[in-house]
Amino acid sequence: MPRFEYAPAPESRAVVDIASSYGLFIDGEFVESASGGSLKTINPATEESLADVAVADESDVDRAVRAARRAQEKVWGPMPGAERAKYLFRIARLLAERSREFAVLEVLDNGKPIREARDVDVPTAAAHFFYYAGWADKLDHAGFGPSPRPHGVAGQVIPWNFPLLMLAWKIAPALATGNTVVLKPAETTPLTALLFADLLRQAELPPGVVNIVTGAGATGAAVVAHPGVDKVAFTGSTAVGKRIAKEIAGTRKHATLELGGKAANIVFDDAPIDQAIEGIVNGIFFNQGQVCCAGSRLLVQESVAEEVVDRLKARLGTLRVGDPMDKNTDVGAINSAAQLARITDLTKAGEEEGAVRWTADCALPEQGFWFAPTVFTDVSAAHRIAREEIFGPVLSVLTFRTPAEAVAKANNTPYGLSAGIWTEKGSRILAMADKLRAGVVWANTFNRFDPTSPFGGYKESGYGREGGRHGLASYLIEGSTR
Amino acid sequence: MRATAPARIDVRKTYKLFIGGAFPRSESGRTYEVTSAKGAFLANAAQGSRKDARDAVRAARSAQPGWAGATAYNRGQVLYRVAELLEGRRAQFVADVAAGEGLTERRAQDVVSAAIDRWVWYAGWSDKVAQVAGNANPVAGPYFNLSAPEPTGVVAVIAPQASSLLGLVSVLAPAIVTGNTVVIVASEDRPLPAISLAEVLATSDVPGGVVNIITGRTAEIAPHLAKHMDVNAIDVAGALGADGITWGELEADAAGTVKRVRRPAGDDEDSWAEAQSLNAILAYTETKTVWHPKGM
Repeated sequence: MPRFEYAPAPESRAVVDIASSYGLFIDGEFVESASGGSLKTINPATEESLADVAVADESDVDRAVRAARRAQEKVWGPMPGAERAKYLFRIARLLAERSREFAVLEVLDNGKPIREARDVDVPTAAAHFFYYAGWADKLDHAGFGPSPRPHGVAGQVIPWNFPLLMLAWKIAPALATGNTVVLKPAETTPLTALLFADLLRQAELPPGVVNIVTGAGATGAAVVAHPGVDKVAFTGSTAVGKRIAKEIAGTRKHATLELGGKAANIVFDDAPIDQAIEGIVNGIFFNQGQVCCAGSRLLVQESVAEEVVDRLKARLGTLRVGDPMDKNTDVGAINSAAQLARITDLTKAGEEEGAVRWTADCALPEQGFWFAPTVFTDVSAAHRIAREEIFGPVLSVLTFRTPAEAVAKANNTPYGLSAGIWTEKGSRILAMADKLRAGVVWANTFNRFDPTSPFGGYKESGYGREGGRHGLASYLIEGSTR
Repeated sequence: MRATAPARIDVRKTYKLFIGGAFPRSESGRTYEVTSAKGAFLANAAQGSRKDARDAVRAARSAQPGWAGATAYNRGQVLYRVAELLEGRRAQFVADVAAGEGLTERRAQDVVSAAIDRWVWYAGWSDKVAQVAGNANPVAGPYFNLSAPEPTGVVAVIAPQASSLLGLVSVLAPAIVTGNTVVIVASEDRPLPAISLAEVLATSDVPGGVVNIITGRTAEIAPHLAKHMDVNAIDVAGALGADGITWGELEADAAGTVKRVRRPAGDDEDSWAEAQSLNAILAYTETKTVWHPKGM
C-alpha cells in the first residue's frame, strides 16, 4: 500500500509572547528572587532557549508562604464560599478564552503534541476549575461532616508531564475549600504556570491567594519543609514521595501523594481487538508515555498475543513522530535530556536482560530529545523494564493464560495506580476490576480523565485522591482527622 | 474435731499471643510481668518478638482476601456476633479493665459498655460504607464511571496505652469492618483486655488471622511493623505514652513503603470516649474508580 505523506500543518506560535526572563509570583506581583539565581527553560523539541526563570530559595519560599498565610487569614478563608466560587468560575472561563495561548506555550515548553495540549490538557484544566468552583459554596454537602474547615496554606509541587493540568488539579480544590496556595512548578516546564499568574491578574484574584515559586528540587523541598505550610500536595516520583512522607513525619502537616505507576493493560482473547489496539496506543504513547498511569505493561492472553503484537506494530508504524507544533503529530519530544537518558538506559537494560526490542521505523529530528515508539516482547516479570517505571514511549509485553494469572501478574508490582481490562464479557470485567489493586481501572478504554472522577493510587503509587468529591477531602480538616 | 477445709486455690490463666486464630507462646520464650494499677501481680504476658510480628503479618495477609471477599452483610453479622460474646463475658472485661486502669467497678462497667456499643456501631457500618463513601461520577462523556471504597489490606495497629479496652476497640473495629486484617501491638502495661478480647474473637465467627494480637514492648515491635513491606497501613496512636518510641518515628519508618498512617488525633493519650467516626473507617480504605464505555 502506498504511504502518503502529510503536508506540514504547524500551529503558529505568534499567539504567545514569551518574556526573556520571569520573576517569582508572590503576593500578586512578579518579584525578583532574593538570590538572583535563575535557570533556563528550553523547548525540548528544538533545544532552543525560551526564557530565564527565577530560582526561589528558602527566603523566597518564606515570603510566599507568609503572603499565602496573610491572604488565607484575612481574605480567602473568611470569604463566603459563594464568592470564592465566582473567582474560580472566572478562572475557568479565562482559561477557556485563552486556551490557544496556553496550548501553544505548553507545547513549546513541554514538547507534547499540540493536538493533545489543545484537546486534552487545556480543556481539562478549565473543566477542573469549573467543577471545583461549584463545590466552594456546597462543602457542607460533600460528606465530610458539617462546616468542614480548610487546612490553611497548601504547598504544592507538580511535575513536568502535564504542567497546566497538574496545576489545575492542585489549585482548584485547594481554593474551593478555602486554602491558599504556594505552588512550585517543575523546573523544565514553568512557563504555563507563569502565564497562569497573568490570568489570575485578569481574574482579580486577591494577592497572596496563589503564589508561584519556580526552581528545581531544592525549591520544592523548601516548600514542603516550611513550617508555615499546613498541607502538602505532591505529584511526582515514588522516591521523592517517600522523602516527603519522611520529612513531614511527626508534624501535623497533611499530605496527598500522587506517585509512580506501572500499569497493567490486560487484553483477553475475546477483546474487541481494533479498539484494544487503539487503547494500547493511547495507554502508552499518549504524551510520549510520560504519564504516571500509562499502560506500560501489556498483558495479552497467549492465544491472541501474536495477533495483537503484529497489529500493534503495524499501527505504531503509522504514528507520526516529530514537530509537536504540527497538528498531525502523534508523538512529540521527550521532555528533557535527562529523561531521554533514563529511557535510553532502561531500554538498554531491557535488551541486555534478554527481552526482544522492536522500534518503529521513523525518522527523528536532529535537534531536540526524541525516542521512537518501542515495544519489548519476551519480557519476564523479573526484568527491569517490567518492574521500573520507564516514563517514556516504551511498552513491555507479557502473556498470560488464565484470568488468575493475569491478576497475579498485574498485581505483582509495588505500584497500584491504574489498570486496563479489555474483554467483551461484562461479568469478567467486574470480577477483574474487583481483584486488581489499582486506584483507577479502565475497562475497554484507557487514559480517561474527568474532573468529577477520583484519581489516585494504591500501595506505592501514593495516597489520597484528586478529582471528584473525594478530591475535596484532603483539603478539608474534617476530611482527615479522627 | 474437724480440720478446717483448705482455702481453694484459684486456677490462673496463662496469657499468650493470638496469631492466625491460635494462641502460641512467643517464639522468643520471653514473658513480662503485668501488674495492676496499684502494682499487684496480675499475670505474666508473652513478650512478643520481631519474629512473632512477622508471623502475625503473614497470618493477616493470608486471611485478608477471604475476609475482604466475604459479603459486607456477612462481615456485619460476624462483627455483631463479637459484641454478643463481649456482653456475655462482661464480668471478665470489667475485672480486667478495673485492675489494669485502676478504675472503680462502676466506672469499669461504663467503659465496657461503651466498648461494646462502639463495636456494634462499627459493625453496622459494614454494608453502608460503600454507599456513603462511593460515588457514581457524572463524567463528560459516554462512560459508566463508579468509585467505591476497598480495604487497604493489612493494617498494623499500635493499641492505645492507657485505654486498654475502649481505646483498643476504637482502633480495631474500624480497621476490620471493611475487610482489612490487623496485627495489633497491645497496650504494653495493660495487655490483658486485649488477650481476653482475643478469646472472644477466637470463639466467635471471625476467621483466624483477621485479628492478630502481639503483647510485649511497643518500642521493640512497632518499628518492625512500621517498616514491614507487607503492611499497608498503620495506626500510630498507641505510641503516645509508650516507652521509648514516638508516633513521629513510626510515621517516618512507614514512609519507606508509602504506608497509610493514621496519626493520634491530639496529644492526649486517653481521649477515647468520643473516638467514633466514619473517618476512622475511611483511613484504611482506597477509592477505586472503574470506567467503562456506554454504547449500543
